[in-house]
Amino acid sequence: MLKDLFYKRKKYATIPSEKAKKDVPEGLIIKCKECGKITFAKELQKNFYVCPHCEHHMSVSAPERIQDLLDEGKFFEYDNDLVSTDPLQFEGYLDKVEKDMEKTELNEAVVTGEGTIGGYPVVIGVMDSRFRMGSMGSVVGEKITRAIEKALVKKYPFILFSASGGARMQEGVLSLMQMAKTSAALSRLHGAGILFISVLTNPTTGGVSASFASLGDINIAEPNALIGFAGRRIIEQTIRQKLPDDFQTAEFLLKHGQLDMIVHRKDMKQTLTKLLDLHLVRRGK
Amino acid sequence: MAQELPFEKPLVELRKKIEELKRFTDEEGIDFSSEINKLEKKAATLEREIYSQLTPWQKTQLARHPQRPTTLDYIDQIFSDFIELHGDRVFGDDQAIVGGIAKLNGKPVTVIGHQKGKDTKDNILRNFGMPHPEGYRKALRLMNQAEKFNRPIILFIDTPGAYPGVAAEERGQSEAIARNLREMALLQVPVICIVTGEGGSGGALALGIGNHLFMLENAIYSVISPEGAAALLWKDASQASKAANTMKITAQDALKFDIIDGIIPEPLGGAHKDLDSQSSDMKAFIVESLKKLEPLSEKELVEQRYQKFRRIGKYTTIL
Repeated sequence: MLKDLFYKRKKYATIPSEKAKKDVPEGLIIKCKECGKITFAKELQKNFYVCPHCEHHMSVSAPERIQDLLDEGKFFEYDNDLVSTDPLQFEGYLDKVEKDMEKTELNEAVVTGEGTIGGYPVVIGVMDSRFRMGSMGSVVGEKITRAIEKALVKKYPFILFSASGGARMQEGVLSLMQMAKTSAALSRLHGAGILFISVLTNPTTGGVSASFASLGDINIAEPNALIGFAGRRIIEQTIRQKLPDDFQTAEFLLKHGQLDMIVHRKDMKQTLTKLLDLHLVRRGK
Repeated sequence: MAQELPFEKPLVELRKKIEELKRFTDEEGIDFSSEINKLEKKAATLEREIYSQLTPWQKTQLARHPQRPTTLDYIDQIFSDFIELHGDRVFGDDQAIVGGIAKLNGKPVTVIGHQKGKDTKDNILRNFGMPHPEGYRKALRLMNQAEKFNRPIILFIDTPGAYPGVAAEERGQSEAIARNLREMALLQVPVICIVTGEGGSGGALALGIGNHLFMLENAIYSVISPEGAAALLWKDASQASKAANTMKITAQDALKFDIIDGIIPEPLGGAHKDLDSQSSDMKAFIVESLKKLEPLSEKELVEQRYQKFRRIGKYTTIL
């Protein structure tokens, strides 16, 4: 019909949608999720992946964090041969793990090893939230436990950067038990008088928050990091109320006495170096 | 009358029918004894059939049965001279966890456990067995006290999970659980843990670092509730029965994964069917377990417990 022809005519010009406008070519420039402003990737990298406009701390890959923190980026990695199995025969689990291995070029959601920070030798673990949300299954638990045991033998301080949604559901109760395993390992470090600094980054929740991440002699968080035991949605469903915006942020935790300090990423290395220096004199020496 | 679960219906109906026939026999004087006999045999077979092949979801329902015996029931049956102790000395007394000192065959022990309610009012008081941080801190205080006086510690685990609430987060739910995990690893006395009903994630684990860990036959131990898993996996909490299967949460699964040391059998139909026999079976396990642990030195106890958890995990190497 004739009428249809008229309807086919566009009545307005096509304007890119809000979403499309903010989507930018990958790699070259990066948009901040908080303020929506864009920054050149190179500049962002130099700024430790902190948005220069709003100070939002974006997530950093484990290798990049290690590169930034350790002296001259020198790092001796432990246990990068350990990989997950599929103990529950959980549909699609290994596919997802493999996909994340390809994407991140990591074997699992945590990288462990040793190096020096400000000249002080440390054993360090850094979680990577790109890998299965940084969730803790058997491999993550084992790698962290082994790293703690290395720190115990070498008498090096242990530093762990957590970034994790919690225990890994696809390994069921075995994941839960990694909370026990890692915490038990920390009990030995604790007993031996060796420093453990826990750095909680966005996000640190669930089983990771309720195990090693909360057990630092010193607990540090990055600004505005989400840290908590239960998920926000679950709490809202339980209490049937909206939660305040700042609930479970690093600032909220500091206010409630759960953290020693919040440290801006650009000051992290300096702060860690200072703390390592302050702990140099060990008990009985 | 016990509350029936959906899968128990055929059995309950059959039993009703038998009752009716019996009443009919008494009232009308007609002899139905051969029919009754036959039906009773059928009922016994059906009962065995139903309870010998429970699905993980059916076990979950038994583990959460409103009449499932609670920690205080078991304490009353297994121990004598129980004195309940209260409070974490910091914030308050969490009624979702009970603890105190009692005697086991005349010897003092410390007993602690999650406490669910018996009815709605009781459940509100007990917060449905979901502790706040002060509950875990009370438990740790009592465990350290047990260590000071060289008493073995027996823990009963039965919780849907640590309470997900604002106050719990403010007071450091994560820290309270984490600290228990670390401190329990260091206890220099025998620690025996029994999952009696629901072993709900971190909230259960925070009382679960023992030298020996047992589960009741129909108890469950899981990283996330079947409802939670279903909501995450299929965005549909009503698929919980499927999730219960997928997540491998039964005592038999935990034994296969080398997480527990043994399964304590339950009376046919579940622990609530016969508290006396359930308690005496449980007591036998506790006594046997203590017999093995008591010869160990303080150092050996800590080492044995450490190695028990150190071993847990399934992974492989690509080298």
